[in-house]
Amino acid sequence: MAWAVFFTLSFLCIGSVAAMVLSRNQAHNALFLVLSFSSLGGLFGLLDAPFAAAAQVLIYAGAIMVLFLFAIMMFNLRGELPARVKKVRLALTAGLGTILLAELLLAGRKLVHGSPGAAPAAGGDTARLGRLLFADHLYAFEITSLLILAALVGALALAGRKEGA
Amino acid sequence: MIPASAFFALAVVLFVLGVVAFFVKKDLLTQFMAVEVMLNAGNLAFLALAKALGKAEGQVIVLFVITVAAAEAVIGLAIIVLVFRQRKTIQTDDLKDLRG
Repeated sequence: MAWAVFFTLSFLCIGSVAAMVLSRNQAHNALFLVLSFSSLGGLFGLLDAPFAAAAQVLIYAGAIMVLFLFAIMMFNLRGELPARVKKVRLALTAGLGTILLAELLLAGRKLVHGSPGAAPAAGGDTARLGRLLFADHLYAFEITSLLILAALVGALALAGRKEGA
Repeated sequence: MIPASAFFALAVVLFVLGVVAFFVKKDLLTQFMAVEVMLNAGNLAFLALAKALGKAEGQVIVLFVITVAAAEAVIGLAIIVLVFRQRKTIQTDDLKDLRG
């Protein structure tokens, strides 16, 4: 079972990065990368690192890649989509929405009726990680917050200027 | 139980793919994405080692790498936006002022 998950996720991961090498559309590249990072998040989960897996999906596949997509939209390098593509996209969106709905319903049903057995093991590991992060590596952690602030100020100073100012 | 070597092999393949993508692609944005792929390959190797050695420090480093990657993405994208505003292009073939 674990091997099947490993091979599926690594195939998705490597395949989408290879597709990024071959594709010429930047928006597609960013979406391929979202798929790749999400499957990497699954692999992190296989490695008994649930917190890193969550951070990978939330921060990498979520925040960073959305930032990339916003930047791509700012460049606006492509024209209008042809009508055929729009129809395919509508069908795909409907299918994916149905799958998401089914997934959430299943998860909710499991939450209500399932047995609360697996949670303590994962929580214990995350608690150990939290102690490491906030006790042993506190200085490094605080310095990262300074780094984030510096990045914020730097990004505003670089790209926030008005044209010609 | 999957051995750490399998994860290492995957990390190596991912890193090499990132390097190849960086040199094959000709626009700044996709090259920047290739750098992110390389960072992720490093993260995967750290987590594989953390599990193989039974130490949680590897996970701490991965969290720091993700944070630094976020800061790096913000600054890098700001620089790319600035280049695009000044030159109206992000193709590296058009940006060769440093070539003598």
